[in-house]
Amino acid sequence: MTTDSPVTSTPLLQVRNLRTSFNTPDGKITAVAGVSFDVNHGETLGLVGESGCGKSVSALSIMRLVPNPPGIIEDGEVIFEGVDLLKVSDKEMQGVRGAGIGMIFQEPMSSLNPVLTIGRQITEPLEEHLGLKRAAAENRAAELLEMVGIADSRQRLSDHPHQLSGGQRQRVMIAIALSCEPKLLIADEATTALDVTIQAQILELMKNLTSQLGTALLIITHNLGIIARYADRLNVMYAGKIRESGTAEQVYLRPGHPYTVGLLNSVPRLDRPASERLDPIPGEIPDPANLPSGCAFRPRCRWATAECEISEPVLEQVGDRQMVACYESNTVADSVEVAWR
Amino acid sequence: MTVTPAATDSSAFGEIAGRSDDEPILSVRNLSVHFPLKRGFIVQREVARVRAVDGISFDIRPGETLGLVGESGSGKTTAAKAVIQLRTAGEGSVKFEGQELIGLSNAKMRPVRRKMGMVFQDPYGSLNPRMRAGDIVGEPLKVHGLAGSKDDYRKQVASLLTRVGLSPGMSERYPNEFSGGQRQRLGIARAIAARPSLLILDEAVSALDVSIQAQILNLLQDLQDQYNLAYLFIAHDLSVVRHISHRVAVMYLGRIVETADSKDLYERPMHPYTQALLSAIPTPNPVHERSRERIILRGDLPSPINPPSGCHFHTRCPVATTACADTDPELRLLAENQAAACLFATGYDGAPRA
Repeated sequence: MTTDSPVTSTPLLQVRNLRTSFNTPDGKITAVAGVSFDVNHGETLGLVGESGCGKSVSALSIMRLVPNPPGIIEDGEVIFEGVDLLKVSDKEMQGVRGAGIGMIFQEPMSSLNPVLTIGRQITEPLEEHLGLKRAAAENRAAELLEMVGIADSRQRLSDHPHQLSGGQRQRVMIAIALSCEPKLLIADEATTALDVTIQAQILELMKNLTSQLGTALLIITHNLGIIARYADRLNVMYAGKIRESGTAEQVYLRPGHPYTVGLLNSVPRLDRPASERLDPIPGEIPDPANLPSGCAFRPRCRWATAECEISEPVLEQVGDRQMVACYESNTVADSVEVAWR
Repeated sequence: MTVTPAATDSSAFGEIAGRSDDEPILSVRNLSVHFPLKRGFIVQREVARVRAVDGISFDIRPGETLGLVGESGSGKTTAAKAVIQLRTAGEGSVKFEGQELIGLSNAKMRPVRRKMGMVFQDPYGSLNPRMRAGDIVGEPLKVHGLAGSKDDYRKQVASLLTRVGLSPGMSERYPNEFSGGQRQRLGIARAIAARPSLLILDEAVSALDVSIQAQILNLLQDLQDQYNLAYLFIAHDLSVVRHISHRVAVMYLGRIVETADSKDLYERPMHPYTQALLSAIPTPNPVHERSRERIILRGDLPSPINPPSGCHFHTRCPVATTACADTDPELRLLAENQAAACLFATGYDGAPRA
């Protein structure tokens, strides 16, 4: 099952049946259990879910950055511009990272090298991937810093990461990630650690730059608001699988999966009157080494039936571009529409 | 038209306070916390002062929640520590149940701390990993001599665990055997064990997943209703603060820049910083998001070591004029129960009013 895409062009990235697992002392944990989705040229796709749902491991698998051991990509295809990244050599993969797909992580301090200057860290991929000479690379680095809104970019090239604020470091990360003009930018909780007003700056910057450059953007976050503001489409993950996907309007306004409904009912929202009580999802995320039979969400689901215990529902088309993995999706969507009216 | 210098005049804060007519349980006036910044090898010289908290005032009444919001360096956590006198000496006045806490000795603070519980962001870092859950929750009972017998102690611990949604059978487990949400429940059980009247919650739900966060928020509201607890709820997430708070104070670089009833603050923010903060929060509604105006502030948060002159916010403020660099605006009462520290903030109908 895949999330659909316009028939007009081949998607930029096609992830098919991706499975990634980790060997732990408690046994094998399948962090990503058969995930399939597309990213189209220039679009912004959201991947949303709570801790341990497999959203970050999905991104790391696409980049082939899953630490091995203990992690192993067991199965699937990651087709980027027609090439299956899981089959190419390490050297070819090195070329894809940066030049084809850029990535930004949550904590810029741990992705930046503390002993190298900012300038060196930006020029390195330019020399490596684009074959620029040192002087040309430095000029380009200054331009890139200016592009991400860092003032006095020339002088800043000789700064070290600790001399910058958290927001500025994340700007530098964006400059590095976009330096070789990749076709896809993956932002994994890239603004989670930042203050509210700085988070807004960085998100606007990311959105503006990717739309200027025509770069596709994959936003991975637990924050439903960020996805609603910036993503065209989204995938909702729970316990290693995509449980619902669709356009932002479809998923937020007429969700068909009980987990999506639960998430939306759990967050206090500025767009609704401050109600007396939230309606949280009961219970906790299941132990990944010991998932419940049938649908993994069943023990926390108020719509669960006997059928949910026997077999696991797969993603099925429920609307024009919306897909839901739930036997009761119509009942769920209808009841939510009534409850929210 | 009344313009009240609220930061120094306690009567103005009496008006801003609001849920009930009870006497405030906590009354903070002109609280400042300054940290000296020292340099030097053998002889340490004070080279600067960080004004982490710079003259803030607020009241909390029994059963009421005051939300204290702000970004890094706003001083919200330092303010909380100064209230509970946790390794942080403040200047000014902190009156709790009528008693002045500033200057109290540690020995005299101990019985006061029984009445003030504190819950931290990271339950893992604040629970002793070598203690069993039952002892973590029961320790305050022992320290303050609140359990008559061993049997009474066990009963109280079991009832506390049940009250926060854990089973009494879990009392033999260690903190690492609990999930993040369960650990926060343990932290809350410990905080309410000695039957406090005020809980200070410092980013208590920030690290939790949204589905667990909602469970904990509901638990906190239930406990408040049941025990008439007052909360000082410190957080950076404005949607969570709106949900749980009756009143809200917004801090920026050590000062309160706006304070109001929760509903008014969110419907009609008056300070440009509050307006920017609210517009920066994305809501989970794509239709609403597309029609919303966004105020994106320029620049980074200034360092609290060297805050901008005049109004601390003027360097990032979209409506600042040259006057803002020279004048330090005081909190002015601009509407019923709403005060903002901005030269240009006006009341609902364009004119300041009381």
